[in-house]
Amino acid sequence: MTDKPGNRRYHDMGGLPAGPVENDDHEPDLWEKRVDAMMVCLGTSVADGKKLITVDEIRRVIEDLPPDAYDTMSYYERWVHSISTILAERGVYSREELEAKLAEVKARANEQASEGAAP
Amino acid sequence: MSRFAPGDKVRVIADFTRPGHVRTPWYCRDKAGVIERACGAFANPETLAYAKDGLPKLPLYRVRFAQRELWPDYGGGAGDVVEIEIYEPWLKATEE
Amino acid sequence: MQDDNTDDTHDHAHDHDHGTRDFQPDLEDTHPFTEAQFLETALRELLIEKGVITADELRGAIEFMDGRGAHLGAGVVARAWTDPGFKARLLADGTEAVELYGIPIRPTHLVVVENTATVHNVIVCTLCSCYPRNLLGRPPLWYKSREYRSRAVREPRAVLAEFGTTIPAEVEIRVHDSTADMRYLVLPMRPEGSDGLSEVELAELVTRDAMVGVTVPRGPARAAAE
Repeated sequence: MTDKPGNRRYHDMGGLPAGPVENDDHEPDLWEKRVDAMMVCLGTSVADGKKLITVDEIRRVIEDLPPDAYDTMSYYERWVHSISTILAERGVYSREELEAKLAEVKARANEQASEGAAP
Repeated sequence: MSRFAPGDKVRVIADFTRPGHVRTPWYCRDKAGVIERACGAFANPETLAYAKDGLPKLPLYRVRFAQRELWPDYGGGAGDVVEIEIYEPWLKATEE
Repeated sequence: MQDDNTDDTHDHAHDHDHGTRDFQPDLEDTHPFTEAQFLETALRELLIEKGVITADELRGAIEFMDGRGAHLGAGVVARAWTDPGFKARLLADGTEAVELYGIPIRPTHLVVVENTATVHNVIVCTLCSCYPRNLLGRPPLWYKSREYRSRAVREPRAVLAEFGTTIPAEVEIRVHDSTADMRYLVLPMRPEGSDGLSEVELAELVTRDAMVGVTVPRGPARAAAE
């Protein structure tokens, strides 16, 4: 496959050499299930007659990740990154709004940590 | 109106530089196969990926490739195949 | 790699709760501490505040997916093994047959592929992780791995061997790469020695891995011994 000219994308891995398949599995964490659920809900939500998100956009954002990010981010990390990117693209919120909310969430977590809340 | 019918010999076009979101895997491009069935028409993922409506819908086909066509040094059974769903613009009849 | 599960939509009632940030105890019983977890929390709260989604919708979607699992696919397989008419309908139009059986899967398009004495089917999505979620639940980690996605199309027999499965060389291995809107389910061959079993007992022989095609169902004697 490497003798074909052009630009093979990093996610397009059918046929490339790889190691043994590790037969492992575990139940997703709750935050991962929430990402999954968000994906489903947004895929059914309709605004102005258009779906809020399509799986095609999600895939495109993930495929555009640089290879090292693609490899080091976990499955649901790639998803939550992609969902947040698409929704900003579509104007559901602004980057500033998301950043502000992120700061608020982190501040709250720090407060809870210093109050001795269980991790 | 679908261009191909089951049994038709086709080749995936030799496009290795298509940018953006593409659902034709690299490993089957410029490879010869046979139409296994027509799947119907579906919105184009290459444009859906950029929040377009994906229209007009494209005919989609299940294409069967012999493993020995895909990988010259395939070590499995002689009859082994891979079936891939490919959108019509990515296919040409092998007479072309 | 990512999944395609926006097309596994679950049609349920939406209650439009446009209140201020409501404490969501069941959704919030973990404390975020990685960047991705912080992002998930922020995203969720922002979307709920803006009325884009509701906490109830999210809960419903989680519960729906938690309820999906291999037992659903196994029931379909066992029905196909015992009811030739159902099997014929399943192979002709998987979506319609499964909906009539009672499992909502639309708008997913389901194609059921049958293992026979001459053909063994294996499912993969090399480009991401497309999977018949509404029948089997969330895909396992290995299915989404680089190793499986790369090698299942290139050397399926070696991959199957890693799962303990050997298919004779004269049997055609047919790998299905789910690149578009179809989702695939393997209908395994009914195991030897299972003639007297009820549909429920037959379903117990059918594993998720057999419906992806990396294993075959065990016979009843072996299953009972384990």
